[in-house]
Amino acid sequence: MRVLMFGWEFPPHITGGLGTACFGMTKGLAKNGVDVLFVVPKAFGDEDQTNVRILNASDVTVDIDHETERSYWDRVQYMEIGSNIIPYVGPEQYATMFEEQRHATQGFHSSVFAPRYEFSGKYGANLMEEVARYALIGSSLATKYDFDVIHAHDWLTYSAGIAAKETTGKPLVVHMHATEFDRSGENINTDVYAIEKRGMEAADLVITVSDWTRNIVIEKYGINPDKVITVHNAVEPSDKSLDEYESSGLKNKVVTFLGRITYQKGPEYFVEAAYKILQVDPTIHFVMAGTGDLLQKMVKRVAQLKIGANFHFTGFLKGNDVDQMFAMTDVFVMPSISEPFGIVPLEAMRLKVPVVISKQSGVSEVVEHALKVDFWDINGLADAIYGICKYKAVNDIFRKEGKEEVDNLKWEYAAKKIKAVYERAIGL
Amino acid sequence: MRNLCFYFQVHQPYRLRTYRFFDIGKRHFYYDDYKNRITMQRVAERCYIPMNNLMLKKIAELGNKMKFAISFSGVGIEQMEVYAPYALESFKKLVATGNVEVLAETYSHSVASLMNKDAFKMEVAEHKRLMKEIFNVRPKTFHNTELIYSNEIGADVAEMGFDLMLTEGAKHVLGWKSPNYLYVNAINPKLKVMLRNWKMSDEIAFKFSHENFKVDDFVNWLNSIPEEEEVVSVFIDYETFGEALDASTGIFEFMNYLPDAVLKDTDFQLVTPHQVIDKLQPTGVFDAPIPLSCRDEERDLSTWMGNDMQDDALATLYGCFKKVKASKDEELKRDWRTLQAAENFAAMCSKHAGGTPYDYYINYMNILTDFINRMK
Repeated sequence: MRVLMFGWEFPPHITGGLGTACFGMTKGLAKNGVDVLFVVPKAFGDEDQTNVRILNASDVTVDIDHETERSYWDRVQYMEIGSNIIPYVGPEQYATMFEEQRHATQGFHSSVFAPRYEFSGKYGANLMEEVARYALIGSSLATKYDFDVIHAHDWLTYSAGIAAKETTGKPLVVHMHATEFDRSGENINTDVYAIEKRGMEAADLVITVSDWTRNIVIEKYGINPDKVITVHNAVEPSDKSLDEYESSGLKNKVVTFLGRITYQKGPEYFVEAAYKILQVDPTIHFVMAGTGDLLQKMVKRVAQLKIGANFHFTGFLKGNDVDQMFAMTDVFVMPSISEPFGIVPLEAMRLKVPVVISKQSGVSEVVEHALKVDFWDINGLADAIYGICKYKAVNDIFRKEGKEEVDNLKWEYAAKKIKAVYERAIGL
Repeated sequence: MRNLCFYFQVHQPYRLRTYRFFDIGKRHFYYDDYKNRITMQRVAERCYIPMNNLMLKKIAELGNKMKFAISFSGVGIEQMEVYAPYALESFKKLVATGNVEVLAETYSHSVASLMNKDAFKMEVAEHKRLMKEIFNVRPKTFHNTELIYSNEIGADVAEMGFDLMLTEGAKHVLGWKSPNYLYVNAINPKLKVMLRNWKMSDEIAFKFSHENFKVDDFVNWLNSIPEEEEVVSVFIDYETFGEALDASTGIFEFMNYLPDAVLKDTDFQLVTPHQVIDKLQPTGVFDAPIPLSCRDEERDLSTWMGNDMQDDALATLYGCFKKVKASKDEELKRDWRTLQAAENFAAMCSKHAGGTPYDYYINYMNILTDFINRMK
């Protein structure tokens, strides 16, 4: 079986969990005997690249060489498309081209990628243009390759997925990693909402990353429940152990929030809970790792509460620093207001860090050895954090059992479920 | 003869390095050595050495008619000792002429006077010790960080044995009164108060280069001051000469001709602050119930305190005082002094455009956390 998969990012060029999830998923699919043709737009801002490159997995050294399980990569073909660097196409021109590509002529295909193609020469200014251009390219790619099913991740790629389905007639599976309601609360971007809805309606089947997301998809987008299937995300097992890292230089407990500092992640509840805990135990330290539009507001609030000596900000962490942070952490907290899945607690548990997570997260559906609270319940959050800090028994259990639990949440198993979805879509 | 009193501030704070959460409890070194070294060496080369040479030359030419005062911060002296000892030698030579009054101030250029009376006293005592050690002098005139002053601070300073304090002739406090007189403190009249003439100080510090300000302008302005007004005091950062105002602006030529022109064309003589109180009688009370400073249009404390980040950082830092005072750990004491520098809190001020007050606060608090951790 062969899948044409549309993604938006792929390690190491990642900004969020989507790239990591796609990475694990493709590996898992490979283990289940599914070949993947992975399409991503070029990482933003690489302007030197005047031509589109279609790369074979073996050419993309940065992604592959670190991988120990190289053999899986033979099944994954990785393509990079310079969507950002293909000059802007005006609306009329775009309409003409879109008409042409509906017929999927080879001529159109080569003209888009030809260096002498008469584009206006301007660069695309916004994401919507990127999305539209991605659709254009996705569709033409679809005619070039042979595959059985199309799989599109998140709204950014849905237009590409639909276009590919229309040109080839192959079944389409769309994957909801996050909904617009998770990103923006009730004040949604209606354009994005429309693309999501259209994508799910056009799809033969819809995969959601949790039942939490499945409910949103059914209730707020009106999608037929029969075609919406939950496949929980998984996590790559880690061979790392805490011993490889420095432990905290503080003599006291460290409680960590790690993620984008945005509305969706509920950083405010973490700050307020920290304040409550510090009234009882002024020795505990709190760390907010990450960056985002609410960072300054959080810094101000911490200063206002006069807890700056116990509340630290690290800025954005990546790679080794993330694991280093976990190594210094006694309790990991994810107080998300609406979290489709939320992979970070699993990464923490994998390194034997006990976690407190909000009930409004997909991950709370799959883990047992975690304390779960409502995100708005600051007292409950404070109680849970304080409990793990203070009571050794619960701490020990979570460290041991949590690790074991996460080690069994393998992508290989999740991919098996995804493969079943493909089979259903194809009608096997 | 009327009195013109120049006094200068020589000060460099320690710049802090990027101190991450991961450093807490592991690495106790807080300073950006490289930046501190190149800054001190640049300032020594562009300002301290040429300006000191110029002042030495004027003293040689004019003898006892060439008088002025300098206030050295302790942290500035410390860095000069390490990174530019030749500049310190040059200052020693200047002070040894006897024509320069060395002022007292806080060791770290701190705002301790606003936070904790005992910490303030400790700051002043440390500075006093250093002035004795380096220049073999006992300062009698007190000048607080950025001219911060209130009735209470003045009373504290009097209690420490000073009989003269310098502060800002702030309009909102003076009202219709002129800064060009000697005043007394509102609580303890034994403390005389001399006020900076901010207008003339700012003319030199901020307008010199781009408004073609000349020696003649300064002389004409002095002559325009009503005859009964007795003392004009001009306070400028020493680093203005050659550093803030590049040599190419002609600032050194200006300072070369200024003393001669004043002595020749006006009825003013150049004096040190403490000379003034031997000559003049105070004319009234300078009443400042609310603290003031020489910074910004408001002449208030908002540069260092008032926003939540500044207040949290200050409260945390001065919350350590008792433990630091009781400690025998010299390294710890030294770090605590250094972290007090007013610049740390000014960098958390969010009222000016630019700068990164949030980043600065985060970094500073990480350092303080490590510091507190060391005290335990």
